[in-house]
Amino acid sequence: RCPFPQAIVWDEYLTGPFGLIAQYSLLKEHEVEKMFTLKPGRLPPADVKNIIFFVRPKLELMDIITDNVLREDRGRSPQRDFHILFVPRRSLLCEQWLKEQGVLGSFIHREQYSLDLIPFDGDLLSMESESAFKECYLESDQTSLYHAAKGLMTLQALYGTIPQIFGKGDCARHVANMMIRMKREFPGSQNSIFPVFDTLLLLDRNVDLLTPLATQLTYEGLIDEIYGIQNTYVKLPPEKFAPKKQGEGGKDLPTEPKKLQLNSAEELYAEIRDKNFNAVGSVLSKKAKIISAAFEERHHAKTVGEIKQFVSQLPHMQAARSSLANHTSIAELIKDITTSEDFFDNLTVEQEFMSGIDTDKVNNYIEDCIAQKHPLIKILRLVCLQSVCNSGLKQKVLDHYKREILQTYGYEHILTLNNLEKAGLLKPQAGGRNNYPTIRKTLRLWMDDVNEQNPNDISYVYSGYAPLSVRLAQLLARPGWRSIEEVLKMLPGPHFEERQQLPTGLQKKRQHGENRVTLVFFLGGVTYAEIAALRFLSQMEDGGTEYVIATTKLINGTTWIKSLMEKLEPAPF
Amino acid sequence: MSRVRADEEEYWHSSKFRAFTFDDEDDELSQLKESKRAVNSLRDIVDDDDDDLERVSWSGEPVGSISWSIKETVSGSSSSLDGRDSSLQKGSSSYAALPKQASSYSLSSLFKGRNKLPSFQSLSDALTDTGGKNYAPELRRPKAEYKDYSSDWSPKDTVKRMQRGKVCSLERFRSLQDKLVLLDEAVAGHDGNVITAVSPAGAIVSPVEILFRELEVRQVALCHLIHFLRETGEQKFLLDLLRFLDRTEEVALSQYREHLNIQDVEKRREFLKGCIGLPFSAEDTSHIQDHYTLLERQIIIEANDRHLEMAGQSELFRKYPRKASILNMPLVTTLFYSCFYHYTEAEGMFSSPTNLKKTFKIPDKQYVLTALAARAKLRAWGDVDALLTTKNWLGYTKKKAPIGFHRVVEILQRNNAPVQVLQEYVRLVEDVETRLNLATKYKCHDVVIETYRDLKDRIQLTAYKCKVERGSAEEEKINSILSNMVRNAY
Repeated sequence: RCPFPQAIVWDEYLTGPFGLIAQYSLLKEHEVEKMFTLKPGRLPPADVKNIIFFVRPKLELMDIITDNVLREDRGRSPQRDFHILFVPRRSLLCEQWLKEQGVLGSFIHREQYSLDLIPFDGDLLSMESESAFKECYLESDQTSLYHAAKGLMTLQALYGTIPQIFGKGDCARHVANMMIRMKREFPGSQNSIFPVFDTLLLLDRNVDLLTPLATQLTYEGLIDEIYGIQNTYVKLPPEKFAPKKQGEGGKDLPTEPKKLQLNSAEELYAEIRDKNFNAVGSVLSKKAKIISAAFEERHHAKTVGEIKQFVSQLPHMQAARSSLANHTSIAELIKDITTSEDFFDNLTVEQEFMSGIDTDKVNNYIEDCIAQKHPLIKILRLVCLQSVCNSGLKQKVLDHYKREILQTYGYEHILTLNNLEKAGLLKPQAGGRNNYPTIRKTLRLWMDDVNEQNPNDISYVYSGYAPLSVRLAQLLARPGWRSIEEVLKMLPGPHFEERQQLPTGLQKKRQHGENRVTLVFFLGGVTYAEIAALRFLSQMEDGGTEYVIATTKLINGTTWIKSLMEKLEPAPF
Repeated sequence: MSRVRADEEEYWHSSKFRAFTFDDEDDELSQLKESKRAVNSLRDIVDDDDDDLERVSWSGEPVGSISWSIKETVSGSSSSLDGRDSSLQKGSSSYAALPKQASSYSLSSLFKGRNKLPSFQSLSDALTDTGGKNYAPELRRPKAEYKDYSSDWSPKDTVKRMQRGKVCSLERFRSLQDKLVLLDEAVAGHDGNVITAVSPAGAIVSPVEILFRELEVRQVALCHLIHFLRETGEQKFLLDLLRFLDRTEEVALSQYREHLNIQDVEKRREFLKGCIGLPFSAEDTSHIQDHYTLLERQIIIEANDRHLEMAGQSELFRKYPRKASILNMPLVTTLFYSCFYHYTEAEGMFSSPTNLKKTFKIPDKQYVLTALAARAKLRAWGDVDALLTTKNWLGYTKKKAPIGFHRVVEILQRNNAPVQVLQEYVRLVEDVETRLNLATKYKCHDVVIETYRDLKDRIQLTAYKCKVERGSAEEEKINSILSNMVRNAY
């Protein structure tokens, strides 16, 4: 319906999240002729009237856009018009920057597209704001919290006012304050939707710095740790996905990485994603038996009616079979890694730290890894884990690690180490006191008798360690935080409770046996293992609480530490 | 029959994914609808001055918010994409005469502290803006409040409007006092975008100290300002500010960070030299000092070695040409390099490993590890032996490895050391089980046999016979040990 064809120039980071809400075909229907990714240089030719930049408000991206615009051939006809669309927000800083470069006037429209919370799954929302943790804790920039609060207002507009708000941490406090303020400033906004959520729990990531540092041991968590899941997609090495069909066997192996979408729409994945990896194999083999038995049934089909029924089931069976084949391949890939010596050694050290063994001295394995120049992020994860599990390292130990890291990886990493220190991940022990053992015991963070196959506690997601954040959510539901006041005081930031009045007509009269629904919002990121743990709690028969999860970003230890590292010039080799 | 089958197969093949993702797509669509509904109803809550017209256009466009937004942009209206602006609604003919909103905030005037005329913010603009309200909360306000249209927003309203991405003039906040009131409002709103925008950064407020002092009591705004300055590269202003705040370590780190932008090594070295005196913590100071010293050394070594390599006189450089320059490499890499190319040099030379070890107080363990790797790579087994040999005061020699002999074996093996060499160090591994494992893995038969002999393990020894070549010296050895054992047993 629009008169001019358009081309979109994408900030590559945004294509993922946008892919979750709109597909290319949809854009095409609306006269989007071409899509490009944003990169310096001249824009590719395209016979369109309008060029629209979809970008995050980042200065480095503004530089690229400036370059694009300046190199545009002014003589071409028809002349192309430029527009810029900031996601999620227009930034004054960026516009100022464009102005200084002298290109601001080239843009006919500068707008924003507020994309606060993006649905990732039936029970999972993410803002996909990669630097939220860094901004909140290193730069004291609370803009992402403002967006979180806005996102929550949106949710409430859709699903009703949430009567109870609990929170722990400074950022949680801020978000709750903003929500209350937003509500107060628009008193006419009282909506008449029956509330879906009973409780909102706001949790600061820095209340639980430990969990993301540990290696996730659920199926989905491991896929993320090893291959990185981005916007529900994962790219895998293609070797294991080679077609096994006759006639194609002779062809070359595919060289492009295999891209798969992972979400609960896939029946099999929904079943295994949150299981401990050690329990995945048996499910897969059971499924294999069921499917081959189902295919065998065709021999027993005698009557036309039976055959018809069999045939009608075939599409479903085919889908199940290909899904099974994919996950068997993925499981094989992961198994190669989890059975490696180094994975085992690394995990052993992590588990020692988390159960409180030898956290106060220099660890041999870490030293060895440094000596062998293992990836710096791996080292930092381990050292930070040790520091967190010891409420900070002894000065001598900390200095030793620092020196080894700087000597081996380069002195410029002093900037990164400083960032980690500021974020509280790597620090000297204050006053020689180690609170972690008390926290561990009170919250039962370490469980010796973990059952990976048929778990009875959330600790199965890390094969022994129960994520602190999820424990807090669990204890809030039952018996309530009053029972753990002492420990809550040891964790950073305030804990609080707020109530939002509901009109009498909307107050819930709970049926007996009906589950409460709690929205847990992780400010600063959440891992797949934590999500798995919350889903486990939702499914517990006598749990009484179902959980929906929201976060600023889906993270794992590696992406998290990376976001805190100082950007350095690429090494010459 | 088979044709039909094939067709069916094809059908299922092509359709299985569709069948698979059907729910998903459906879901996405409904999610999309939801998010749309969400945005709409959000405006009910947070945006009092929203309009119905736009919602119509939203729902009139069933599929995509993206497309909708594009359509809106193209049609040339100045309404913002998510419908935050109310200009669409008025639809009056006077609208067409309105100037395009070239810029929303007169930022520059704020930053520069100059009193520019409100250029983009025309009176009519403001008029239509306020006239566009159709929601009760705004309407209920006394009209008199708007008597001076563009400039009469209270600080609170200004911030609120800016949060919604609206056009706002900041001209009336001229005095420092006004600006600070505005800033406090912005800080209370927690929206960094707005905080940065209203921060009187770079404002020529004289003296600057007054601005700094005011900012000091506004920590949040301060953080934003610091972040802003860092992003825009206003290094000097940033350093002044940090210095004023007595955040000396931050000043030092900030300044040190600059070295990453200096490509020329000589200049970088000079710069690092200047960093040494900065107020780092005691521990960091020594690291920075080391960083400088290292680069200084690397420059000397690089000049020398490049010359050597070009001349082609040195056999070592000819045989193993350098992969890259040593400049800006980490210390351990430099040590490896010097162990590789300059191992035998006297301690007095800058490029000698012992000199590096002394200067940077490299721990024994690290040194042995690096030297071992370098010498093993060159297959200089004699050097390896010497490195691991210590002499006590009586003149006896003894093998010692601060890193443990299992690690020595690993490194040697990785460099394809011959069995004779490997064997010697496998034998020195203290833990029996590790020793057996390594020996078996790397086929050091002698060590395996001797270990089993010492353990008096007949069964394992007999079993091992099949691992050695028939008729070899090893087999003979096993046989003789076995018969010896039998004799001793009786």
